[in-house]
Amino acid sequence: MEPILKVTDLSKSFSRAGKNEFFAVDHVSFEVMPGEILGIVGESGSGKSTIAKLITRQIDATTGTIEIDGQDITKLTGRQLIPVYAKVQMVFQTPAGSFDPRRTLGDGICESLRNKGISKVEREAKARGLLEQCGLSSEFLERYPHQVSGGQCQRAAIARALMCDPRILIFDEATSALDVTVQKQIIELLQQLQREKKLAYLFICHNLALVQQFCDKVLVLYDGKIVEYGLPDDVILYPQSEYARRLVDAIF
Amino acid sequence: MNETVTVRVQKVKKNGIKARLIFFLILVAVLLLVTIFADKIVPYDPYAQDLSLSRLPPSASHWMGTDQYGRDVFSRVVVGAQTSVFSTLALVGVISVFGTIVGTLCGYYGGALDSIVMRISDVCLAFPGLVFALAIAALLGGGVSNAVIALAVISWPKYARVARSQTLALKNGPFVSAARLSGSSSMQMILRHILPNIIGPILVTAMLDIGTMMMELAGLSFLGLGAQPPTAEWGNMMSGGRSMLQTYPWLVLSPGFAIFLTVVIFNLLGDTVRDYMDPKNSRAR
Ligand SMILES: Nc1ncnc2c1ncn2[C@@H]1O[C@H](COP(=O)(O)OP(=O)(O)OP(=O)(O)O)[C@@H](O)[C@H]1O
Ligand SMILES: [Mg+2]
Repeated sequence: MEPILKVTDLSKSFSRAGKNEFFAVDHVSFEVMPGEILGIVGESGSGKSTIAKLITRQIDATTGTIEIDGQDITKLTGRQLIPVYAKVQMVFQTPAGSFDPRRTLGDGICESLRNKGISKVEREAKARGLLEQCGLSSEFLERYPHQVSGGQCQRAAIARALMCDPRILIFDEATSALDVTVQKQIIELLQQLQREKKLAYLFICHNLALVQQFCDKVLVLYDGKIVEYGLPDDVILYPQSEYARRLVDAIF
Repeated sequence: MNETVTVRVQKVKKNGIKARLIFFLILVAVLLLVTIFADKIVPYDPYAQDLSLSRLPPSASHWMGTDQYGRDVFSRVVVGAQTSVFSTLALVGVISVFGTIVGTLCGYYGGALDSIVMRISDVCLAFPGLVFALAIAALLGGGVSNAVIALAVISWPKYARVARSQTLALKNGPFVSAARLSGSSSMQMILRHILPNIIGPILVTAMLDIGTMMMELAGLSFLGLGAQPPTAEWGNMMSGGRSMLQTYPWLVLSPGFAIFLTVVIFNLLGDTVRDYMDPKNSRAR
């Protein structure tokens, strides 16, 4: 079976005025198989969001390649990326900011299907179903981003990411604002989609317990580099690197 | 419960702004109606000279007195609105649309286009506006349309700057990225997400600019580079009366008051539109 996401030797450097360029993501390689859940943990500033932005081509890579479903997307631009975004979707770290303040959540959620030319009735029906599954009533379709709570917005963002039936979904700390019961409901929804549609996840998360329970593999990032990569139980119970040991110690 | 209270507070605040907006829109509508039908409603022919009536002070029959040729000043002020208001609106309309398009494209695409356009606009903004406009108007010769062209040439960069900086602030923001991930093309992103979010500040700039532009146009006419006599135009009328300011003050004060009133109405409308456009005050359309 081919990996749905394959990242090879990926890095991103930012040049800072007066200083040497610095690598926010430093030559990382990993892959995700269909239906697999890869957790990414690491302290603030370790480059997690940068990896997510690289994979979704919001920023350009300095080195390395990104393959989605066997297609190299590292150099694609503009319209070429549109079909790619039918396969890879992302839930942003700042869900409130990821909805247009002048448009309703419904507009945002339905936008991908609207761009595909699917009728309003059809796309709204689908949006209602997904909102329901994320624990929100369909009334939220009419709300504006500033009229909903952080957690509600996060769930709307999850619904939006699921609208176009992606193959891999990237979560950038997308369950951080949810209380445990809603979080459980979302995780169950994700697991169900994983079983039924072989949906794969890249799950950026600070919650090691959640990672241990939910992810098939975990990758520990430190200073832009991968310091651990393996089964969650192995990484959490027998951390190899100094940083991972401290991370685990700090939590358990 | 709490939520309904907040929503209600927002609604009340919103309704206040809406009432204000409607009030000023009505004022502007009245102003425009008067302007459009100026010919029909004036009591006297604004161009009819009668030297026997020269320089009469304001009275019941001549509300704003008469000028040195015996023309009714009130009629001239009302008819003068046609030149002053319409040319100002045309000017602001053209520069705001043009500047916004240019600025948005520069901000969104960047690159060589951006550098070139921004250098041109630097040049325009570096010169004192009216002096530059004077030079252009002098080059093109007198006349209202030439004055409008001169002011347009120097004034569009203001809008390009506003549009560009707003676009830059938005284009890498999460909601534009999210739209891109939803498979939107660049044009869709600009039209659906960027323009609607930057139109507020631009509209406000335009509303507040109406006053400034009206005064600059009047200024050019005052200096003899805009509307030419005997055309009734406010700047030009003030210019004609300026030597008699002490003896026959109504000749200058009447068109001056017309400019003042119009500028104030448009400025207040601009402020209200700004409040109205603020997304924090907005509820479902
Ligand atoms: N556009 C940029 N220019 C310069 N430096 C940047 C830029 N974007 C990110 N960085 C730097 O890259 C590093 C990684 O940032 P990133 O956002 O990926 O961290 P993160 O792991 O997501 O952190 P957090 O858990 O706080 O979200 C940080 O040191 C950050 O300051
Ligand atoms: Mg982050």
